Amino acid sequence: MKNKYILEIRDLHVHFRVYEGISRVIDGVFLYIKKGERVGLVGETGCGKTVTIKTVMGILKIPPAIIPSGEVFLDGQDILRMSQKKLLQIKGTEISMIFQDPMNALNPVFSIGEQFYDVIRFAQQRFSNDEKLSRKGIRNKMISALEEVRLPDPERIINNYSLELSGGMRQRVLIAMALVNNPKLLIADEPGTALDVTIQAQILDLMNKLVKTKGISVLLVTHNLGVIRETTERVYIMYGGQVVETAPTNVFFENPKHPYTQGLISSVPRFTGGEFAKGIPGTIPDYIKAPSGCRFHPRCNYAMPICSQKKPLLTMLESGHYVACYIYTGQEDQNE
Amino acid sequence: MNNHLLSVDNLVKYFPIRVGFFQRPIGNVRSVDGVSFNVNKGEMFGLVGESGSGKSTIGKILVKIYNPTEGTVLFKGRDITKLTKEDLGFFKKEVQIVFQDPKSSLNPRRSIKSTLEDPLIVHRIAKNERDRERIIRNLLQMVELSPNYMYKYPSSLSGGQRQRVAIARALTVNPSFIILDEPTSALDVSVQAKIIHLLQGLQREFNLSYLFISHDLSLVRTMARQTAVMYLGKIYEIAPTERLFSMPLHPYTRTLISSVPVVFKEEQQAKPTKQSWGGEIPSPVNPPSGCAFHPRCSLADDICSQQLPDLVEVMRDHFVRCHHVSFNMQSVK
Repeated sequence: MKNKYILEIRDLHVHFRVYEGISRVIDGVFLYIKKGERVGLVGETGCGKTVTIKTVMGILKIPPAIIPSGEVFLDGQDILRMSQKKLLQIKGTEISMIFQDPMNALNPVFSIGEQFYDVIRFAQQRFSNDEKLSRKGIRNKMISALEEVRLPDPERIINNYSLELSGGMRQRVLIAMALVNNPKLLIADEPGTALDVTIQAQILDLMNKLVKTKGISVLLVTHNLGVIRETTERVYIMYGGQVVETAPTNVFFENPKHPYTQGLISSVPRFTGGEFAKGIPGTIPDYIKAPSGCRFHPRCNYAMPICSQKKPLLTMLESGHYVACYIYTGQEDQNE
Repeated sequence: MNNHLLSVDNLVKYFPIRVGFFQRPIGNVRSVDGVSFNVNKGEMFGLVGESGSGKSTIGKILVKIYNPTEGTVLFKGRDITKLTKEDLGFFKKEVQIVFQDPKSSLNPRRSIKSTLEDPLIVHRIAKNERDRERIIRNLLQMVELSPNYMYKYPSSLSGGQRQRVAIARALTVNPSFIILDEPTSALDVSVQAKIIHLLQGLQREFNLSYLFISHDLSLVRTMARQTAVMYLGKIYEIAPTERLFSMPLHPYTRTLISSVPVVFKEEQQAKPTKQSWGGEIPSPVNPPSGCAFHPRCSLADDICSQQLPDLVEVMRDHFVRCHHVSFNMQSVK
């Protein structure tokens, strides 16, 4: 196999030029997704999750954004150095996305069918004329895709407008649209957050089943740790534009290593009761005057002098479990 | 006989749906449909339910933003729907609310000081400017903000800090009862933990009573002593929180708890089995007949769609509105 990974992000830096100066939002992110793997990306508001996925999707506005260094490969193809035309072909066909808020992701002035039709027809551009589906073929594909997400009466739904559907139904339509062209990678940005828990459970369950049967890799972006535990195989934790820890999901929840991760996990309320943690002191950093070295050090209980001087690198603790923290790596042996 | 701080009896709130030029009513949104519960002094009462279940409407009725269609709300023995002008002043000093989204509940054009100052002026709590400033300083310290924050505007604060200001505003008049309408759902977990910690500390310090409205079950578990589960404007189960989570009886409660994505292993094991076919929440304009949960319930049979079950006390302090559960429990007895 040539490419083991469907998505590789290597040492990505993204800066924004703003009035006050340069805001260094993404500061060296590494992220790898194997083929067919479901990966979670966790972090709190303002940690750079959205900027990272926007970069991957190629929808980051440049300028004001600047990408001074870094590489993003989708199945071996360099996304950052790709022509606009090529990039446009990849979007929606090899890589697709489910957005957080199903209320705003659909266009209210076109019927579901019209929007869906465009999604399929767009992907057909790659094929020669004989391979292209007819209008009727597209319609059939559309209906079978809607049946796949267990929407009742798809014939009726393609004539509906998004306002006529409930939140859960809209999210199902969006999942159907995202998966209809058999993408290699699906990016899901908080797919259940805007919905009620019982509906969220249904949606996540459905998404999981579909990607498993189709063998699609998933990057699930969320701040809900419970969702991560129930749907992913590997987790990346971001803080202040850096990946601070990555581990297989079960290892991660049993044995979190980074002080930030420990604080984050202990902040989650449990329904089995027990003592409630105090949360993490301090607030997230200002990216214009970002803390030097490890960006978590001003809030960290274990901070050492070196933490403010040099950025720790991701170091392997055990198979598949990497942490960027001097507590575990020591100060001398800093190598990748 | 009655030592409840707040007692809500058969509360009903319908919102008429009006159409056309003459605003002819064609139906009602049955937002709250016969809700009764009591809150004791110094107690935290949890109210959970999905969107559209009417939990926020109850919160708004309790601070008199809405008037109920029917039913009574007794606060310290007085009916809040029939307050005289003098009593109203007293009532508004006693009951305060903290809203969900601190971004829209604080006025962006007023400094923190001027936001916190108003209740002090209206209720004539402080004598002069200097007195007010002293009180505001204390309030900000109470919510763990630096006193310098009083000259700032909401736009320069983070979400957690804004919510602290909103809590401080609720505390200015020294209330005995605070309604928390999803106070942390707009915040991150680590910030949420800090706010919850603050609220718990304040509760102990001032012996406050809370009505905690939330859709986050795990959070209600840590906050509330009593919890009521709402579905389409009605309470379907009400029990001491610990019991509700260790032994949920109503199929809806079981479905709700088992739907929560959890982080820890012991939670996974403690989850009840799902008792639902899936499906979505019906519209409160035209709720299903009988038990409103029956179209989604896996236990449902004929009687469920015909007759609304009563809220039955199956164990001490544990009330359930379900034909099957109350029948089973009675046969056990």
